[in-house]
Amino acid sequence: MAIKPNTAFLASYRIYVGLFFVFLAAPLVAAGVFAFNDSLFPSLPWQGFTLDWFFNDSEPKLGMFHDRRLLRGLYYSFVIASFVSLLSVFVGTCNAFLFVRCKFPAKDFFYIMMVLPLVIPGVILGISILLLASNIANGAEEALSLDLDFLRPGIVLVVLGQFSFITTITSLVIIARLRKFDASMEEAAYNLGASRARVLRTITLPFLFPAMAAAGIVAFLVSFENFNTTLFLVGSEAPLTITMYDRMVKVGSTPVLNAVSFFLMIGSALLALVSILVQRDKPQT
Amino acid sequence: MMQRDIKRLSLILLFAPFALWILLLIILPHLGMFYISLREKVGPRMYEFGLENYINFFTEPIYWNTLIRTGSMSLLVTVLALLLGFPIAYYIAKIAGNRTRGALFLMCLIPLWVSDLIRAFGWILLLRETGIISSSLQWAGLINTPIEFLYNDATVIMGLVYTVILFMIVPLVSTLDGMDDAMIEAGYNLGGNGPTVLRRIIIPYAMPGIVSGCIVVFMLTAGSYLTPILLGGKNSSWFTEQIYDQFITRYNWESGAAFGFLLLAFTSLVVWGGLKLSGQTLNSTVARS
Amino acid sequence: MQSNTENDLECIQIKKHFGSVRAVDDVSFEIPKGSFFSILGPSGCGKTTLMRMIAGFESPTSGDIRIKGKSVIGTPPNRRNVKMVFQHLALFPMMNVYENIAYGLRCAGASKDVIRTKVHDVLERISLPDVANREITQLSGGQKQRIAIARCMVLDPDVLLLDEPLGALDLKLREAMKIELKLLQHQFDTTFVYITHDQSEALVMSDNVAIMNEGKFVQIGTPQELYHNPSAAFVAGFVGDTNRWAGKVTRVEGNTVEVETEAGLAMRGSVRGAGAPGIGDRVNAFVRPEFITAEKAGGSAVQSGNGQNVIEGKVDSILFNGANSRVLVRDRAGELIEADVVLTGGAQDLKPKDDVTLSWSPEQTMSFKA
Repeated sequence: MAIKPNTAFLASYRIYVGLFFVFLAAPLVAAGVFAFNDSLFPSLPWQGFTLDWFFNDSEPKLGMFHDRRLLRGLYYSFVIASFVSLLSVFVGTCNAFLFVRCKFPAKDFFYIMMVLPLVIPGVILGISILLLASNIANGAEEALSLDLDFLRPGIVLVVLGQFSFITTITSLVIIARLRKFDASMEEAAYNLGASRARVLRTITLPFLFPAMAAAGIVAFLVSFENFNTTLFLVGSEAPLTITMYDRMVKVGSTPVLNAVSFFLMIGSALLALVSILVQRDKPQT
Repeated sequence: MMQRDIKRLSLILLFAPFALWILLLIILPHLGMFYISLREKVGPRMYEFGLENYINFFTEPIYWNTLIRTGSMSLLVTVLALLLGFPIAYYIAKIAGNRTRGALFLMCLIPLWVSDLIRAFGWILLLRETGIISSSLQWAGLINTPIEFLYNDATVIMGLVYTVILFMIVPLVSTLDGMDDAMIEAGYNLGGNGPTVLRRIIIPYAMPGIVSGCIVVFMLTAGSYLTPILLGGKNSSWFTEQIYDQFITRYNWESGAAFGFLLLAFTSLVVWGGLKLSGQTLNSTVARS
Repeated sequence: MQSNTENDLECIQIKKHFGSVRAVDDVSFEIPKGSFFSILGPSGCGKTTLMRMIAGFESPTSGDIRIKGKSVIGTPPNRRNVKMVFQHLALFPMMNVYENIAYGLRCAGASKDVIRTKVHDVLERISLPDVANREITQLSGGQKQRIAIARCMVLDPDVLLLDEPLGALDLKLREAMKIELKLLQHQFDTTFVYITHDQSEALVMSDNVAIMNEGKFVQIGTPQELYHNPSAAFVAGFVGDTNRWAGKVTRVEGNTVEVETEAGLAMRGSVRGAGAPGIGDRVNAFVRPEFITAEKAGGSAVQSGNGQNVIEGKVDSILFNGANSRVLVRDRAGELIEADVVLTGGAQDLKPKDDVTLSWSPEQTMSFKA
């Protein structure tokens, strides 16, 4: 404790902090709680507890686990997020070695280039990639009568679009970890008779693994919840956020959306917890 | 020498993914966007080069008014996020006990793991005419008729602050965390009072975190789409909405590209100005975290 | 040059240049089997570069390195039978003690049974038989040190390199580890090459010490030789505590010179090192504090007749440190001179402001031509 201000000030400070966390939690609680309200509308009054919005298999209270469009969205989100996190962790790891271990000209400039995607608005990333892909696809079709389907809005473009800025996040996480690595550990292993490949496999990668796992989880979650970039690149295979948005705009708010929200919040919380656990270093005694 | 060859080979192998990523997904698309924004459709599959799309933007007040409005509201959100978030970050980094610190920091992060959409949905359930707040007030007898809290600028700003404040708090906590308590104590010891210590010691020290938080928050706000649309309704006049409109509704990609480029240029200009004013660089702020 | 298979390690005219910087400049030495050899020098003298060349992490610009008589130039580090204990030990935090020690054996493709026997054997020998399943973070500083050595020794190296491994320990533990390292070296009967900037570590543990400065070996010898017969001013100043004067020769008499220091003090000294100074030459004179006798002025008559150097001064301060206590004496010229004294706690002890007479023999006044 750096400062010990007077108690009245400290008390009001505490109240402010408390209120802030109420403010943070309020919409999440509101979104989650109505998943269990036995009513057709997510609003007061409370009509009693139900799990229908998760498990009921018939209209009008079709539960999320029986809603085929929502399930499809969930599936696509899962596929997209898996690809994005694998790809971005791979490139992020390469970037970490590149920026921490290698010397090359204009390194600072390239580092800024690496960070840049994080501050470009997601909408712009989405449209710029859409424009380029469509133009290439159109060009190929006209000039070569090639049908480059993967460059049309769809899963591939969504993955690329999300990958374009999520890689910055994974790179920063893995770079931070690699910077902490004591390079003499590699030399020690090499000195003890290990080959270069073995040093990488048994020393460096195990050291980096927690950061790679955490980066992968972050990438997965950010991909899962992304909306801005995805919106422009999505084809017929709409991921969950897009499906939910559609539902919200067309049908209006229904408690099944609360059920999905609750489900996603729990899922994210669990994944976030895992990412914290893997990143925690072994306890000191 | 063989070792040098191996070094060069590994540099090339490591550089390749980076180069492909930046070139194909960042540089080329943006160059392409700029190129397309300079085209003008004069007939089916007929294009002319020119600044027509940009001229359109400046001659149609609704467009540039929207951009100005988006920019100024984003600045307001950034300032609010800083003012509201700084005490929280300071509390987490310096005042809370060791145990509560971690827990509070995690609680700050929770909304980060929840989609914008769900957060906005939560606010809708709270604030709409039949929402929780309105019905609670009615139930308590404070108001007689339901009140619509949604679809006004104050709500949009509140929702945006809510969405982005984490990105302010997280870098602030990490910079303040690195600050030695003894520095603050020395400040008091040498005769400073609360405000002077804050102004002379804490804020200058936290400057990289403040600037980093402000940049990210400003960019995220200016580029946000869901929150203004859902909380502000159809009349929220957010610039990203104009872009979406050009692209999806009017199918005018050329003008959409020009708008996109303008948003990018405008936000970059603001960030650049902010960096110049605060004497920081992109490398010393955002890249650090 | 002829190589001798009795030597575990030979370095022949090793040079290493980084651009125009000569980090290691023409260093040659040989280390006989089973000895404790230290390389002592100030930081930046090139000792780390030299060690990294022996381990194979750097290759020399020219010269040859032979281990057991065979040149290892061109052999990568993982094929050299030279093991190294790193400055911060570089134990692998993601493995426990057993895995750390087994690492090198695994790389060599030893069978599980062999590994188990050898690891337990080496843990016995460093007297830590029960730590095999501990995590690295659960070990104390001294234990980590021993595990780092065991991790190398289990591979039965020809030479063990130690790169200032005691630097990170606190003072007490460092003192204890000095003795322990010496005992371990005896027990394993392997050649240890120890680099350090701490002279007491080098003097206490080593059979032979090389003094290194600016990329060159200045002198190689036993600790006693270095202390009592330094071959150069650098060695005299670097090894052990000493009073130092710069001055000019006023008279030469065989091996003895008369020197007038810059502050105007006259003393007689013996010529050491290379080059005989003539009259008017600049010299540096060194006298160790333990060879200077400090007595209260007006006490028992000081023998100045037999050529002793005698000067008068006033006690400036007392540096009490038990048996190693010292006085700082300010002479007439205003310089401070250190002399060892015995402080018994009685009334006879020197006190600040006392007038004292300092005396020391010309034999102990080591004078080097500058």
